[in-house]
Amino acid sequence: MSLRIVVTVKYVPDATGDRHFADDLTVDRDDVDGLLSELDEYAVEQALQIAENADDAEVTVLTVGPEDAKDALRKALSMGADKAIHVEDDDLHGTDAIGTSLVLAKAIEKAGYDLVISGMASTDGTMGVVPALVAERLGVPQVTLLSEVSVEDGVVKGRRDGDTASEQLEASLPAVVSVTDQSGEARYPSFKGIMAAKKKPVESWDLSDLDIEAEEVGLDGAFTKVEAATERPARTAGTIVKDEGEGGKQLAEFLASQKFI
Amino acid sequence: MAEVLVYVDHVDGAVRKPTLELLTLARRIGEPVAVALGNGAADTAATLAEHGAVKVLTHDASEYAEYLVVPKVDALQAAYEAVSPAAVLVPSSAEGKEIAARLALRIGSGIITDAVDLEAGDEGPVATQSVFAASFTTKSRVIKGTPVITVKPNSAAVEAAPAAGAVEALSVTFSAQATGTKITGRTPRESTGRPELTEAAIVVSGGRGVNGAENFAIIEALADQLGAAVGASRAAVDAGWYPHTNQVGQTGKSVSPQLYIANGISGAIQHRAGMQTSKTIVAVNKDAEAPIFELVDFGVVGDLFDVVPQLTEEIKTRKG
Ligand SMILES: Cc1cc2nc3c(=O)[nH]c(=O)nc-3n(C[C@H](O)[C@H](O)[C@H](O)COP(=O)(O)OP(=O)(O)OC[C@H]3O[C@@H](n4cnc5c(N)ncnc54)[C@H](O)[C@@H]3O)c2cc1C
Ligand SMILES: Nc1ncnc2c1ncn2[C@@H]1O[C@H](COP(=O)(O)O)[C@@H](O)[C@H]1O
Repeated sequence: MSLRIVVTVKYVPDATGDRHFADDLTVDRDDVDGLLSELDEYAVEQALQIAENADDAEVTVLTVGPEDAKDALRKALSMGADKAIHVEDDDLHGTDAIGTSLVLAKAIEKAGYDLVISGMASTDGTMGVVPALVAERLGVPQVTLLSEVSVEDGVVKGRRDGDTASEQLEASLPAVVSVTDQSGEARYPSFKGIMAAKKKPVESWDLSDLDIEAEEVGLDGAFTKVEAATERPARTAGTIVKDEGEGGKQLAEFLASQKFI
Repeated sequence: MAEVLVYVDHVDGAVRKPTLELLTLARRIGEPVAVALGNGAADTAATLAEHGAVKVLTHDASEYAEYLVVPKVDALQAAYEAVSPAAVLVPSSAEGKEIAARLALRIGSGIITDAVDLEAGDEGPVATQSVFAASFTTKSRVIKGTPVITVKPNSAAVEAAPAAGAVEALSVTFSAQATGTKITGRTPRESTGRPELTEAAIVVSGGRGVNGAENFAIIEALADQLGAAVGASRAAVDAGWYPHTNQVGQTGKSVSPQLYIANGISGAIQHRAGMQTSKTIVAVNKDAEAPIFELVDFGVVGDLFDVVPQLTEEIKTRKG
């Protein structure tokens, strides 16, 4: 039987753009160009490698996001994923991590899966909790934050480099995996891949397709509320000196004046 | 007074500093009740009591070391049910965030991650977060259920506040999921003898400009004179010059020390994301146009191979 891999990918505002908040204190997604979160490219890459090493596998990329999020799916398809699912609904605006995990879990179940692969964190929210939440909802093992991953005979293995130790993990499929940016460079889409992606199927689902009520998600369904967002004041201009042989000493003088030495 | 559950991060009974900071924050909201799990759990009690824990709930079982995350979620949930706290605080490590998130989902609560400050509010605790690579500061609240909040290291001062710290055994029944992900091997990280990167008061970092693994000795020498931790940019890590565990930035550690010294680092947005909230920032870079200079309190435009050793020597001389 074929190995069904679902990769969750997020469409995010470009981190190098001037990101800010909309009037309702949600992330403004209109004024900054969006793209496939770079950290999810690593998830797509590992999914493709696992699929290449399996006898028979199918890689589906899944996103929950606005109309433009299709761009993220196209990118993943041009890297080599087989098909895509876009969950889009006006009522999703403002959904938080708990809500997102609900939508993802329902969509993953509807799609059918043996293995879910996510990125380590989204580059806008940077919470790094959605994969654990999806595992909790699906009731399957979480094998997260892997810098190395492999699948063989229905078992996923990987290495998790933690704060105090590096751990070897193992779980039976079905499971939810997330991979870090240490897992291996993501491939660039080839011209052929980009052309092929145009013909690959992209399904669109809304909340009713997933039996989710509008109140369970969106800004109204959120479990958390941003009450204020203020731009960090620009740091006051510091002193900059050119090293003319005394740079290190000048720096020492500054550090001494600040009582660091 | 309401009780606040504090998840204890410890290594074989040695409490890590971020947990003590959590106790400071917890005392602003209520009475801290600590939850310590695994090997050495009971040994944490004395330290936790010194810093304000009125009670320390402990439980040890082999599951905590043998299986990933879920056994700890089961235990924290058991503590939550035993205490009915006003809030649950967890250190913002990768594991801490996963534990907190799963707990929040189970108890029907919202979760806030990576808070850098916490105050009591009329409608529950208000968390301060630093977002978009630290270019914005937000204030947020959990509006459903019991607030579950993870807090970054260096967000509060460690304060002595002696309390009873009465040890109580927690009773835990593991869920069916607890044994889902087996930990088949563990290699502890070797200690460098330097302070923990996320906890250090001073961080000295090197980037692509350091130009080679062997040259990191210059960075380490400066760090050692200052009693600092050593950091690295992703470019330096990707080149294999320094371990990934020392990477500062979006996909590495986020640090907020009193002093951050960036050497041969350009200051890309993803690097800034991990160091922009440092109190004082200093940079050495030979390119006067490098974006890192937009952040600095003091910058030296120059070759780090000249400036850094001179700085190290000068500190040595001044210390006498
Ligand atoms: C999704 C994503 C996540 C990322 N996460 C991180 C992260 O966590 N951390 C991180 O750091 N980066 C991260 N990056 C990479 C980031 O974008 C930059 O590429 C990286 O920070 C550059 O490192 P650098 O400043 O050392 O190198 P460069 O940008 O190449 O800068 C080197 C600097 O050294 C100076 N220099 C060279 N020689 C000398 C000398 N002899 N003396 C003094 N100065 C000298 C140069 O003038 C230059 O300014 C991420 C990128 C992406 C896309
Ligand atoms: N809206 C979304 N659509 C698809 N995947 C998502 C979405 N949000 C988060 N994810 C996945 O969850 C991972 C962690 O996200 P986060 O917890 O938000 O940092 C990401 O790398 C994605 O793989």
